[in-house]
Amino acid sequence: MSARVKWRRFVSNFMLSLTGLCALVSVSVLFLILGYLVYNGGTSINWAFFTRLPTPVGEAGGGMANAILGSGKLLLAASLFGVPIGFLGGIYLAEFSGTIVASVVRYAADLLNGVPSIVIGIFAYSMVVLPFKHFSTLAGAFALGLMMIPITLRSTEEFLNGVPRYLREGAMALGASKWKTIASVVVPAAYRGILTAILLALARVAGETAPLLFTAFGNRFWSQGWGQPTASLPVMIFTYAVSPYDDWHRQAWAAGLVLLGLILIINILARTILSRGIAVPRS
Amino acid sequence: MQASSKPGLSVNIVTNTASVTPGETAALPMRMTISKVNFYYGSKQILFDINMGIADKRVTALIGPSGCGKSTLLRAMNRMHETVHTSRLEGEIQLDGQNILAQDVTSLRRRVGMVFQRPNPFPKSIFDNVAYGLRINGIKGSTSEMVEKSLRRAALWDEVKDHLHKSAYDLSGGQQQRLCIARALAVEPEVLLLDEPCSALDPISTAKIEELLVELKSLTTITIVTHNMQQAARVSDFTSFLLTGQMIEFSPTPQLFTTPSDPRTEAYITGRFG
Repeated sequence: MSARVKWRRFVSNFMLSLTGLCALVSVSVLFLILGYLVYNGGTSINWAFFTRLPTPVGEAGGGMANAILGSGKLLLAASLFGVPIGFLGGIYLAEFSGTIVASVVRYAADLLNGVPSIVIGIFAYSMVVLPFKHFSTLAGAFALGLMMIPITLRSTEEFLNGVPRYLREGAMALGASKWKTIASVVVPAAYRGILTAILLALARVAGETAPLLFTAFGNRFWSQGWGQPTASLPVMIFTYAVSPYDDWHRQAWAAGLVLLGLILIINILARTILSRGIAVPRS
Repeated sequence: MQASSKPGLSVNIVTNTASVTPGETAALPMRMTISKVNFYYGSKQILFDINMGIADKRVTALIGPSGCGKSTLLRAMNRMHETVHTSRLEGEIQLDGQNILAQDVTSLRRRVGMVFQRPNPFPKSIFDNVAYGLRINGIKGSTSEMVEKSLRRAALWDEVKDHLHKSAYDLSGGQQQRLCIARALAVEPEVLLLDEPCSALDPISTAKIEELLVELKSLTTITIVTHNMQQAARVSDFTSFLLTGQMIEFSPTPQLFTTPSDPRTEAYITGRFG
C-alpha cells in the first residue's frame, strides 16, 4: 500500500469519525436537556401544578394553572394574527408578485426573522402597551404574532413553489382561474408542508420570553381578560429561576418540562395531520 | 430498413381509411381554424406562418421531430402558452368562427380541453379528480352521474368503480392518463387537445388510449401531438407534418403516409431523419 493510499484512508476515516461525533453531540444535547428537565422538574409535577394558582413565597404547593392557560391564550391570539398574514403574504409572493417585488419582500421577511425577540418586544410595547397604558395579553400576542409572520410567509412561499407546474396546468386547462387554481389545487397540494411550518413557528414562539416581559408582563393570578396582563410559562420560568427560593427553582424546572411537553404535543399533532390525506408523489 | 417500414405503415392505414376519403376533405366543417400564426418565445421564432383547419369530430395529428413546434402550436390552441410570460402569438386562431385571443381565457379552456404528456392527476380521490372541472365551472346536475359518464367514456369505469374514493395516485400510469382524459371530458369540451399523451406509457396502455381516441371522435374534436408516426397513422384522420416551425404538409392521413407531396415528408415518414 502506497503512502498516498494510506493517507487517503486516514483522511476518509477521520472525516467519518468527525461528522459522526458532531451528529452524536447534536442528538445528545437534546437528550441531556430532556433528562435534566425530567430529573429536576419531574418531582414537582402533580395535579395541583396544572390546576392551582401560584402560592406566596414560603407556602408549599400551588401550581401554574394561570401560566398554562395564559400561554395557550397568547399562542392562540398570536396565531390568529400572524398566520393569516404570513400565509396570504406567502401566496402573493409565490403566485402573483414579479421577481423584483418578491425579492424585496423575501429579503424583508428574512430580516424580520432575524430581528432579536427583545426588539420585537420593545416594538410591541411602544405600539400596543403605551397607547393603552397597561400591559395586556393582546400586546403579548401581538409581539409573538409578529414573530410568526416571517416564518409562515417564507415557508408558505417555498412549499407553494414546490408544487409541480403540471398540476397548475391541469387545473388551468379545465377552465380554472388563477385564484381557483391556487385555492383548489396548489394550496391543497402544499398544505402539509405549510401546516408543519406553521406548527413549528408556533413551537418556536411558545418558548419566547423576551417579547413577553414588557407586553403580557406577568400575573400571579388569573388574567382578567384579553386587555389585562397574563402569566405565561416562559416568563414564569424566568421569574422563578432567578428567585432565591429552592421551591421556586423546582417549580421552574417543572414549568420547563410542561413547556417542552406542550411543544412535543404540537409536533406529534403536526405529524399525525401530515400522515393523513393524499400527498403529491415525488418524481 | 426504409423499404421494410413502408408496408408496415400502409397496413395500419388500411384500417383507418373508412373514416375519411380524400374527396370528403373539402366538405368537412371546421371546428377550429389557424390562420397565419407566427409564434415567438422572446426573440426566438418558433412557428412560421401556420395555416390549418381542425375538422369537426375528427382526429387531427401533429407530427414532426423534437423541437419542430408541434407542442407549441397545440398549446396555443387553448392559450396555454400564456403561462410563459415571454411568449407572443401573431395571427389568428378561431374556434367556431370566433377569435380565441379575444375571448375570456377560462371559458375558452373549458371549451378546449387538454391532456398532457405526463399524467397529472390532482392529489385528490379518483372521484374528485373527475368532478373537479364540474365543480369549478359550477355545472349543475348530479355530479356522481356525470363522473360515472366521463369515466365510462374514458374506458376506466370498470377498473375504478369500486374505489372511487381512493387516491388517484394509486392508479397505474395508463389508468392515470385515462383518468386525466375523463377529467377533461367531464366538462364536455368541444375540442380535446392531447400533447403526446402516450409518451410516458407502456404499449398496452398506449393501445387502450389509442382505441379510446377513435371512439371519442363521435363526441368531440381531437387534436393530438405525437412523435410516434405509427400512432398518428393509426388514430388520425388528418395529419400535419411540421419541421423547424414550418408546416410542410397537411393532408388526410392515408394520403400523407402513402403519397406525400413533399420530399421532406417522405424523408421523415420513411425514417430518413427525425
